[in-house]
Amino acid sequence: MKRWLMIKKLLPLALAGSMTFLSAAQAAEPILIGAAASKTGPMAGGAAVTYWPNVKLWEHEVNARGGLQMADGSKRPIRIIEYDDRTDPAETIRAVQRLATNDRADFILAPYSTGLALAAAPIFDRYGYPMVNVSTITDQTDTLSARYERIFFTLGKTSVLAAGVVDALVQLREAGEIGNRVALVNVADAFGIELAQAARPALQEKGFEIVFNRSYPLGTQDLTPVMRGAAAARPDAFVAFSYPPDTFALTELAQVENLDVKVFYTAVGTPFPSYKGRFGDAINGVMGVGGVNADSDAFQAYQKRHQEVTGQAPDFWASAVQYASFQVLEQAIEGVGGVDRAAVTDYIKNNTFQTVMGEWRFENQQIRSYWTVGQWQDGEFKGIASEGNLPGAVAPTIKNGWK
Amino acid sequence: MKQQELIRLVLVALVFGLLALLPLIPANDRLMALAVPIAMYAVLATSWSLFSGPTHYISLATAAFYGVGAYTLANGLEVFSYPLLLLMAALLGGGLAALVGMTTLRLSGVYFVIFTLGLAELIRQLVTWYQNNFTGSRGSYVFTDITEAQIYWQLLGLLALVFLLGWLINRSRLGFAIRIIGNDELVARHSGINTARTKVLLFILSGAFAAVVGAVMAPRFVYVEPSMAFSPQLSFMVVVMALLGGVHRLWGPLLGVVPFAIVWELIAANFPGQTVLFMGLAFLVVVYFIPQGVAGVLEQQLHKIRQRRGG
Amino acid sequence: MVILLTGLFLGGIYALIAMGLSLQYGVARIMNLASGEMLVAGAFAGFWVYTAFSVSPYVALFFVVPLAFAFNWLIYNWLLLPLVRRAKNRGQLEVDSILATFGMSFVLVGVMLMAFGGSYFSYSWLARPIELLGSNYSQNRVLAFAVAAVICGGLYLLINRTRLGLSIRAVAVDPRAAGLVAIDVKKVAALTFALGGAVAAAGGTLLSTFLTFDASIGVVFTIKALVIVIMGGVGDIRGAIVAALALGLAETLVATLLDPGLTLAAAYLLFILILLFRPQGLFGRSAL
Repeated sequence: MKRWLMIKKLLPLALAGSMTFLSAAQAAEPILIGAAASKTGPMAGGAAVTYWPNVKLWEHEVNARGGLQMADGSKRPIRIIEYDDRTDPAETIRAVQRLATNDRADFILAPYSTGLALAAAPIFDRYGYPMVNVSTITDQTDTLSARYERIFFTLGKTSVLAAGVVDALVQLREAGEIGNRVALVNVADAFGIELAQAARPALQEKGFEIVFNRSYPLGTQDLTPVMRGAAAARPDAFVAFSYPPDTFALTELAQVENLDVKVFYTAVGTPFPSYKGRFGDAINGVMGVGGVNADSDAFQAYQKRHQEVTGQAPDFWASAVQYASFQVLEQAIEGVGGVDRAAVTDYIKNNTFQTVMGEWRFENQQIRSYWTVGQWQDGEFKGIASEGNLPGAVAPTIKNGWK
Repeated sequence: MKQQELIRLVLVALVFGLLALLPLIPANDRLMALAVPIAMYAVLATSWSLFSGPTHYISLATAAFYGVGAYTLANGLEVFSYPLLLLMAALLGGGLAALVGMTTLRLSGVYFVIFTLGLAELIRQLVTWYQNNFTGSRGSYVFTDITEAQIYWQLLGLLALVFLLGWLINRSRLGFAIRIIGNDELVARHSGINTARTKVLLFILSGAFAAVVGAVMAPRFVYVEPSMAFSPQLSFMVVVMALLGGVHRLWGPLLGVVPFAIVWELIAANFPGQTVLFMGLAFLVVVYFIPQGVAGVLEQQLHKIRQRRGG
Repeated sequence: MVILLTGLFLGGIYALIAMGLSLQYGVARIMNLASGEMLVAGAFAGFWVYTAFSVSPYVALFFVVPLAFAFNWLIYNWLLLPLVRRAKNRGQLEVDSILATFGMSFVLVGVMLMAFGGSYFSYSWLARPIELLGSNYSQNRVLAFAVAAVICGGLYLLINRTRLGLSIRAVAVDPRAAGLVAIDVKKVAALTFALGGAVAAAGGTLLSTFLTFDASIGVVFTIKALVIVIMGGVGDIRGAIVAALALGLAETLVATLLDPGLTLAAAYLLFILILLFRPQGLFGRSAL
């Protein structure tokens, strides 16, 4: 099985090598990259959209151009070793440990989702691997950066993501489009709880009135009572810090109930291509977490390659950031010209990177510019608010019914 | 007999002593990566079969207790000292087990299985509901300086404790009562044994141990998330391992945990895409081909050898 | 009124989920923990039919039902019959079947993961409002409820009005006595088990029209179904229907008036209360 896997992985390499007539690349030892994330369990659904396709795309793109440029002039291809952590942090720990000690991976990609990545953080640290996190969204990034000198964060903090929503609401209120009444709903699970905790005081501080506030457990099959309650409260804005299954369910119920709001916000899952695939044009005006600069050439080129190589479209939030995090690693390895992990870590800390997300520079091991709120406009999910003033933000509009 | 027992005790103590030296081996990372889960499952499976072995009640609630322990530690870390928290985890886990046991252990075995199957989910909902409405994200992060080796030693200590307790129970009146219940509950009831109380008592023990294991393991994960702390897979793994080993002897589950963990590691390393499938197949093999567990097979073989020698 | 109808619609779906298990456990004596996976397989079929051919997902029922029937028949005869033969008593069979079907549930999840991957699956079909008694409900839920009601009704007739139904009831009451009156117990048990699997798969197809699902979600439905079957009383599909409706109502009531975070707690409270006062379930016979 293992040998077969190797052949499967090496075949495209050999082809790519022979096509570009780079005999050096064929002879060069591949750089081993470990990837341990969820293929099964509750996080698998998200990882199948955001994480795994980008790993595939990155491997393909790097090897198609012959590999990574080394200091001695040679090019080394990359080879990915994949493990499934079954959404179990104990398994993540074991897989990362296995990658570090058995497979002797040169680098390891950060696992998917906050809990799994943080479980692995001490292992990355102990073995001296740089860890460029994407879907690790927490408010403890400063504490963690102080604790682990090799950890990096790219997708933002929960409190800032919540503040982005509040800002968008303030903006619309100042334009005279919406009133003060907000219905706040959240999934009672780690991420949803953190966002709701941050949003509640922020909303009140800005003078919004929370007319309906409910949480529901993960995996609730019928959200009708929640949607009914929200509709009965006659809000101007409906804000739900939700996970993918409930994002879909809430959106469908909003249409059924004909929820008459000026702002409809759902969180994780809203920027997924399958969201649009399911609801079509009805979702124009829906706001969600994240966003991209949909008009930038870099993103459009990335979108096209993603579709071509993986056969599926990237999402409009974390996908591009995920790929950018791999680009950071790629450019750092080439910048150092080798696989010295300490040097690569230093390089990541002290240099600027050109990524699909634009120019990146880590400050205190964190990227300070990221999208916080996006909105479906004309069939694309566009960033409307960002931390650090990203270019390409469009103005938020109000939601005009569900037709 | 007495002397034989003493020798056995010394031997066991010696083995534990040797195992405790494991983290001191230099460059032990690969070993420790396997040793910590093995120690964890050894405690869970052995304490599970303390209850399930003699009573034949299959408890799928391990994850519920484990999660309660993990959350106790995560929430109390800033307020209480670490040893106190372990004690609190034991009390909470035991208390929960008492509550569940008193209401459901009077019912037939099937009802108990179903109730425990959903218990982890129920507790998870209650914990997240409480967290959502009262504590916020506090209690999600576990920043400590506890090392992998320290976790391992604690688990080893717990395992020693489970063995000691199991051995003491077997020698006591309680153990005698349990054996009668296991053979025939009706007989036990007629001979004046309070069967319900005995079962609840054992269930409390196994619940308390699972909770402490959860508390001990929490620092390893840095971040405690409900869907992970209450993962139903944990309960199932414990049942498979214990049954594979055999639940009729105190040392039986151990014979399941060690080979299973090693095979599991091999599967996870070589077939990363199909782990769930293989887990299911392994389960089926155990049920169909080794219903008595490794311990049962071993004892049969030993018995045969002895017979041959005798005859 | 709104609560009543919403609860009823939810309960109707629960009834269908539980019905399959009720047959399998009540008659074939197999506590099937892989029942939720059967349901997810049905949901995948609905998804596939709708997305690949853009026809009504209900079309999938035409092949889901016979396929699931055949598949479950094979499972019973190949995998479960040896356990039935091996078991010395009912308790032993219960433990063995729980463990075996539990292993099967993992195998099925593994197979579905290989086939479809771990992503979320959902599609939008008939997500339009329909007005009933002054408030809106989504058409897909109402239709699913109606079809579920038809299936439940059909099963009820099958069991209470036909000769096969008579043998099924006889086996449910006492397999040994049924054998004495020239009923082929093995055959009836296999047929009922297969029927139960087919019903579960059909339920999955209905569910897929309004629920986002993934390959490993089955266990959620298994738990729900188990709770309902036990509450209703083993071996009586009337009990399962009543218990399912009660559960749907209770959950909607709690979610609307109290907090959605307490629905499961309410469901379990109901479960415990019923069992404490009627250990044999709502409609169960105390002899069992």
